[in-house]
Amino acid sequence: MKATEFAIVAQGVRKHYARGTADAGLNGFDLEVRSGSVCGLLGPNGAGKTTAIRILSTLLALDAGQAHVAGYDVATQGRRVRERIGLVGQYAAVDEILTGRQNLVLFGRLHHLAAASARKRADELLERFALNEAGRRPVSTYSGGMRRRLDLAATLIVPPAVLFVDEPTTGLDPAARQEVWSALRELVGAGTTVLLTTQYLEEADQLADHIAMLKAGRVIAEGTPDALKAAMGGNWLDIVLSNRTDAETTKGIAARVASGELHIDNSAHRVSVPVAAHTSALIEVASALHEAGIAPVDITLRRPTLDEVFLHLTADSPTPAEVFV
Amino acid sequence: MSTTTQPAAMRSPFARFGWALADSWAIALRDLHHWVLQPGTVFLGWLFPVMIVLMFGGLFGGAISVPGGGGYFEFLMPGMFATAMLFGLETTMLAVTTDAAKGVTDRFRSLPINSAAVVLGRCIADMLNSVVGLTILVVAGLLLGWRWRGGLIEALAAIGLLLLLRFALLWIGIFCGMIAKRPESVAAVQILVWPVSFLSNVFVDPTTMPGWLGALAQWNPLSATAAAARQLFGNPGWGGEGWIGQHAPLMAIVWPALLVVIFLPLSVRAFRTLAR
Repeated sequence: MKATEFAIVAQGVRKHYARGTADAGLNGFDLEVRSGSVCGLLGPNGAGKTTAIRILSTLLALDAGQAHVAGYDVATQGRRVRERIGLVGQYAAVDEILTGRQNLVLFGRLHHLAAASARKRADELLERFALNEAGRRPVSTYSGGMRRRLDLAATLIVPPAVLFVDEPTTGLDPAARQEVWSALRELVGAGTTVLLTTQYLEEADQLADHIAMLKAGRVIAEGTPDALKAAMGGNWLDIVLSNRTDAETTKGIAARVASGELHIDNSAHRVSVPVAAHTSALIEVASALHEAGIAPVDITLRRPTLDEVFLHLTADSPTPAEVFV
Repeated sequence: MSTTTQPAAMRSPFARFGWALADSWAIALRDLHHWVLQPGTVFLGWLFPVMIVLMFGGLFGGAISVPGGGGYFEFLMPGMFATAMLFGLETTMLAVTTDAAKGVTDRFRSLPINSAAVVLGRCIADMLNSVVGLTILVVAGLLLGWRWRGGLIEALAAIGLLLLLRFALLWIGIFCGMIAKRPESVAAVQILVWPVSFLSNVFVDPTTMPGWLGALAQWNPLSATAAAARQLFGNPGWGGEGWIGQHAPLMAIVWPALLVVIFLPLSVRAFRTLAR
């Protein structure tokens, strides 16, 4: 059965909101996430990331299409789905007045653990997420990173088969972001399927082994981070010049090997060229520059960054490029 | 997948009902923990009606003549009991809106529990809160010289009617809390509670008001419960004018029942539309 291979399957999911509401709809959303993998759903604000998570976690009804999570239909078997998922929403959804431990015991009781097991499980999770000291304090005294960790712990009281994490590090400082990342990585090791939304390409690159790029309620590109970078037309050749006077000549040389449009960064005196034939392009450009008497400060062959992939794919061109790899 | 929970499908309907009650209690227990962790806030909520009693009884009481004679506290206390129930509306609404805004409601909804437990838990917690608040106000009234003149059964019936009003207002609170979206909107309700309590027979006899205003005050659901409580406690001032004045105990049941019939389905619908 498909369910064993894919933990999440969405086909042509549509969700429309009345005009004037801030919520982003979905417009034929397709996604398949392999069991035990981490999928990063990447997109700008308003692309529909949160809507997708809310539909897949049964919080929101879909208008059209089909979605299965852990083998069950989100529209008709909501309760079965809810028995198998964990949801970490955009806000740390924990009770701020209660202590961290009381929160975990409450959610343990709601997972129908006996009082003693709920307390035991709460202590285990506090230990695991380095919150034992803070466990006795009200959550209102926690830092943003601590709240997020408690939020994660609350979803793991009964380990879910599928975990949804909506923008886990939005609004966190870099140290807190690292804390949350390492907590998430640990989960992934345990074999849980994770669907993670993020605005940060770095985050998707760090955590996900499969990335789906969302724009205006549709997945416009998906694949491994490597495949997505390759889909951008191979590698880039960066030529950094010591001054601007050589720029025109350099552009002429670079255009000979370019497989796409050049990117010129005037303030950094940098010419970036997408190249298909990697090594030969590097040699050709280097020798041509040498013959022209231009000595670049730096010349590097590199993979495109996910930012470049993302900007390339989400650029508001009349016919958006569609890449499926 | 886990040895600690059993899929719901394997449970009998009876066991599922048992779990729904257990879940409701777990959610209600959360509020009781709040009482312990934030005693100041909760205690102020309970003392507020006592303060109003002292203010009205002490400052204005001397200037207001009580219909049928007797002290102003005798007249005021049953009305204040009803008003304290009305103040409970803010407690409910604030709790519901805060949970929705902080994502706590969504977390509950993502759990494999009966969604009615979320609302029922709120219901239990707020009713317990009002029982404690009412007890404090009764004790304060006794200290200030208020007495019930009737039998114990009648007094308990009065308490029952007061809690019935609180139960009805609970559903208005849940509904308003659901549609409010932001905790700030509660401020609007906090202001509206005042004209509703003044435009009643709680503080003054409606027959002393201009005709149309008096009629409006008499038909206020708060007046029905206050008048019924006065009657059952054997306190003065219950004999109002016209049909509505003569049927206070009946209306003290009809009004809350009507409010529940309107606002319980609206609350359930508002809870369901969270999924739309």
